[in-house]
Amino acid sequence: MNFSISLTVNGVRREIELDDPRVTLLDLLRERLDLTGTKKGCDRGQCGACTVLIEGRRINSCLTLAVSQDGADILTIEGIARGDQLHPVQAAFIAHDGFQCGFCTPGQVMSAIGLITEGQAGDDPERVREGMSGNLCRCGAYAGITEAVLEAQKTLANSDQRRSA
Amino acid sequence: MMNFDYVRPATVAEAVAAASEKGATYLASGTNLLDLMKGGVCHPRRLVDVTRLPGLDRVEYLADGGVRIGALVRNADLAHDAEFARAFPSVAEALLSGASAQLRNAATVGGNVLQRTRCAYFYDAPSACNKRWPGAGCDARHGENRLHAVLGWSEACIATHPSDFCVPLVALDAVVEIEGRNGRREVALEALHRLPGDTPERETSLERGDLIVALRLPAEARGFAAHARYIKVRERTSYAFAVVSAAASLRIEQGTIREARLALGGVAAKPWRARAAEQVLAGVAPDVAGFRTAARIALADAKPSGDNAFKIELAQRIVVRALTLATAGTPERVPALPASPFSSVSGSAA
Amino acid sequence: MTPEINLTRDPAHLRHGSNIGQPLTRRDGILKVKGQARYAADNHPSGMLYAVIAVSTIARGRVTFLDIDAAKRHPGVVDVMTPAHKPPLAEDPDGKPNPFAFKMELLQNDEVRYANQAIAVVIAETLEAATEGAALLSPQYEAAPARVGLDGAESYVPPVVGLANPAEVRHGDVDAALADASNRIEATYETPAQYHNAMEPHAIVAAWDGDKLSIDTPSQGMAIAQMRLGGLFGIPPGNIHIRSPFLGGGFGSKGLVSGPQVLGIMAAKLVGRPVKLVLRRHQMYGPVGHRPPTRQTLRIGADGEGRLTAIDHHAKVTTSTFDDFYEPAADASHTLYASPAIKTSHEAVRIDTGTPLFMRAPGEATGSIALESAIDEIAAACGMDPIDFRLKNYAEVEPISGKPFSSKALRQCYAKGAERFGWAGRPLAPRQMRDDAGFLVGWGMGTATFPALMFQAQARAVIRSDGSGVMESGAHDMGQGAWTALAQIAADGLGLGIDQVEFRSGTSDLPDAGIAGGSAHTATAGAAIHNAGAAVIAKLADLATNDERSPLFGAGNAGVIAREGRLFRRDDEARSESYADILKRAGVAEIEASGGGAADPAAQSNYAMHAHGAVFAEVKVDPELGQIRVTRLVGAFAAGRIINPLMVQSQLFGGMIWGVSFALHEEAVMDHRSGRIVNANLAEYHIPVNADVPSLDVLTVDEHDPHVNVLGIKGVGEIGVTGSAGAVANAVWHATGVRVRRFPIRIDDLLMRLE
Repeated sequence: MNFSISLTVNGVRREIELDDPRVTLLDLLRERLDLTGTKKGCDRGQCGACTVLIEGRRINSCLTLAVSQDGADILTIEGIARGDQLHPVQAAFIAHDGFQCGFCTPGQVMSAIGLITEGQAGDDPERVREGMSGNLCRCGAYAGITEAVLEAQKTLANSDQRRSA
Repeated sequence: MMNFDYVRPATVAEAVAAASEKGATYLASGTNLLDLMKGGVCHPRRLVDVTRLPGLDRVEYLADGGVRIGALVRNADLAHDAEFARAFPSVAEALLSGASAQLRNAATVGGNVLQRTRCAYFYDAPSACNKRWPGAGCDARHGENRLHAVLGWSEACIATHPSDFCVPLVALDAVVEIEGRNGRREVALEALHRLPGDTPERETSLERGDLIVALRLPAEARGFAAHARYIKVRERTSYAFAVVSAAASLRIEQGTIREARLALGGVAAKPWRARAAEQVLAGVAPDVAGFRTAARIALADAKPSGDNAFKIELAQRIVVRALTLATAGTPERVPALPASPFSSVSGSAA
Repeated sequence: MTPEINLTRDPAHLRHGSNIGQPLTRRDGILKVKGQARYAADNHPSGMLYAVIAVSTIARGRVTFLDIDAAKRHPGVVDVMTPAHKPPLAEDPDGKPNPFAFKMELLQNDEVRYANQAIAVVIAETLEAATEGAALLSPQYEAAPARVGLDGAESYVPPVVGLANPAEVRHGDVDAALADASNRIEATYETPAQYHNAMEPHAIVAAWDGDKLSIDTPSQGMAIAQMRLGGLFGIPPGNIHIRSPFLGGGFGSKGLVSGPQVLGIMAAKLVGRPVKLVLRRHQMYGPVGHRPPTRQTLRIGADGEGRLTAIDHHAKVTTSTFDDFYEPAADASHTLYASPAIKTSHEAVRIDTGTPLFMRAPGEATGSIALESAIDEIAAACGMDPIDFRLKNYAEVEPISGKPFSSKALRQCYAKGAERFGWAGRPLAPRQMRDDAGFLVGWGMGTATFPALMFQAQARAVIRSDGSGVMESGAHDMGQGAWTALAQIAADGLGLGIDQVEFRSGTSDLPDAGIAGGSAHTATAGAAIHNAGAAVIAKLADLATNDERSPLFGAGNAGVIAREGRLFRRDDEARSESYADILKRAGVAEIEASGGGAADPAAQSNYAMHAHGAVFAEVKVDPELGQIRVTRLVGAFAAGRIINPLMVQSQLFGGMIWGVSFALHEEAVMDHRSGRIVNANLAEYHIPVNADVPSLDVLTVDEHDPHVNVLGIKGVGEIGVTGSAGAVANAVWHATGVRVRRFPIRIDDLLMRLE
């Protein structure tokens, strides 16, 4: 069975002929669209390494079928920097050493962007920790991750203020 | 994952027709179903994608004060709906204590109600499991079972229902709206999930083709908004299933409990409504001694199904805690660590 | 295909003086935050096929049937590799060509020796087809009863433990000392099987070209892997090109090439096309190593003043039925506490499990949580503060050997850590503290220690005509920061700014940087890099000092100093010349030299070499529900020279979180009948999440060690696990008065004993 689906990935609309309904969004990105920044850590929604944004919301791309996302707007780790200009979350992860091996990092960064967009955590580190708990890090970079999210949130809020001023 | 047909019907009627064939299953967000398919636990021949069905993604506040939650409303959206959280705070707290932010963003409320047990032997395809293979036996019964059921279990099955969301829902008399081959019907959530008995493969009262289209909470459920809590003990601070959980809702007037609602999670194959305990709480002043009595009554029929006697004690203590916290009053905002015993401990690394 | 490693430095970094010691941010940081760091499974050579392993669901027996036809009929399936259909190997995978070669399951027969063992490999055009093909094999078995757990079989004394330590060591007469002791405790502690669970599953992309093999795979030891693979496939190790620029975590499980990785190479050979094979998460609970369960009994005696008189540490461990790895848990008691009598001993049982392996602090972690708990128990028995007791029994020389320490700033660690934590005023008795919300509060501490090891490494240094430098060493960055820390050492070794040095690493065609393990990679590869730098500078100096036209002519005896791309006459810094000018005048395009790093045998025999630390934990315990949260963790460490404080802090944080995990979270639960692990997933094999570690603090204590190696580095990769696990366990006791001796500490262990 063939499925013609249309996805907007990192701002680019793509028409995709999918010959297999079993393909998850994660495997579509990694194995068929050459977007390997999104990682597969568990493939079962238990680690968060595959986090991407769909319509601006963070989700586990391993637990959704590509065919089911027909028409969706998807943002991956490859789509958040503007050329050499890092997204504030990316820059903050570097500055606070919010990673070691880097494998969970794309998922952490996308999750952090989702968290900030959700606007539920405020500047409360406990809410940030809870909100980032869907992203496992075996190296144990949690302290830096929490600091990075708090700082990036502040940076983004300031730039929003500047823009609206 | 085994191959399947994929169809995406445009209407509820088409969906019901498509799902009425043998081997067909509804697909909503897939956060549980795809996990089960990848684990070889189930092999649907056809997935009927209901995510685009019109009109099922709305939260409607009804004229009578109740609320109707479309089956496709995402867990996170419901929890963060300000009016909903004000009216039904224990439901919001339970939603936010489940899974992770990513899963809550995807998972639908209809799917949450129908999620399958986390019993390791159910998930482990080569193990004997009466749910997966009626008559095969239950490897959990004499296996690694410290987290299994203490209420309502049978020799055929000792699995628990893993949902947090369903626990306060069942306490608040939620109703499930179902569209099926013979039209629309309603069922109390309490009657949706079945205890295992000799047929643990029949987990709900749904028939082939039945589609949950909405959940409803009655207006009376709002009456508990000032004294409603959900509490959940788990083996890490977040992103873990409940060892045991409890939802307590009280209507307190002039220092007396007029009405109590109490349900437990992680203890049985269904969200466990503790009606007898509710009755002893009604009409008395809230105090710990009374809560302990209620807790004893709630667990009176409990018995270990294995290495899990501690859950009976734990469940009683959680009942007391949930009632104590509910008496103290619903917090202004869902705590930083929803439903955690540590939600009152503030972070020290600020 | 050469990986594109364009490392960038943080634009914000400022360099003051030397490169070593600077908290530079990761030079691979931008690649990692942009998703551009290429891990093994991210590669996709053209014509590539997907391989998926089918694994056994029994723990012991043999495979009697595979439905190969069903798998082959599935659209997209190209081939099914089985014991009857596989490329030949040049070496028996059950052989032991060297003591570090572990036996592998490479479809050599139909035998099953543990659950999750590979029994076939399905190769297909797509990942989906290969996955379904593997499921369609529907294996049938002839199963034998599984032997499970520490009591699953008769025990025996293993020949050696760890790398090559004796299973039993005696020093003095522990039985006599225990009989005479005024205070004594005897306690048994149990630790569970644990799995490394690096976030990146083991993965390989393999491509053959005749008898040349090219692979992308995460490796903590590329040269060892080349040797092993060369032997198995009967080709010269130099024919094998391994690219491993980034590992998504290793923790020991990627130290040696594992069976599934070899199966990927075999699959590529079988089908004559490149193949990608990635383990599914549950498949990592078997063929890629684990930390075995232990049962440790400690008998400790002390005199009336709290001085230790005897430590008897016995450990029972499991290993596989077919190979030998023995977690040296009891050896933790060799080095920490002064005692006139020490005995350590091990026994082992063979069960139906994959062979255990080095897992972050192998032996040290398991031994530490038992020893630190026991020391806490004897301190309490003596009525002493845990730090006072440890100071009273401070080892001025290594207790087991009598050797002096090459350096040991543990006293400062106790003092500074206690001060930072606010230990003073801690009530001696347990269950004395509560917070405002009514939670029980407990403070506990533990001593951390890990040996300062050295392996062997090589590096090659080049100075180019424009004065810039190149340093090559095939090191392994598994998150510890090799791309950054080794580049810092390279820059100093070459007397250049870090931006003038191109650091090449992460592939097997570079000089062997040695294994990234034993917390020794920075020390070992760093020594090689340092020495290579010195050697190339010496050559450059020869060019200058022998050249009449150079301002440095004749400075051979006085010597020169290399700094900022120039050589300076040591006794007259006004006379100097740039590297570029020296090479230009000599008409040399570039000069190169090599250097090695290895242990100094004389220093090894004269000194005991260890890093040390003290970890302090605060826990809160719900007094009715028994749920535990670690609210504060402070670690003070003395680990020799610190190359990059930012990365060292991260490594120590990570280790401390592993300590929390050891004490409170992780445990593989094995069904006692089937031998299958029932929680072989990341939902129920709990590792800490962000919300589990609210507050971490690390400080390092200055330590100058002239003996460990040329750079004075002791290593920080593993020490953080030790001490931390015991500190958390001791804090739980202090909060509740309940001593739990089975790890991880669970709600059910506390619940019934709390009230």
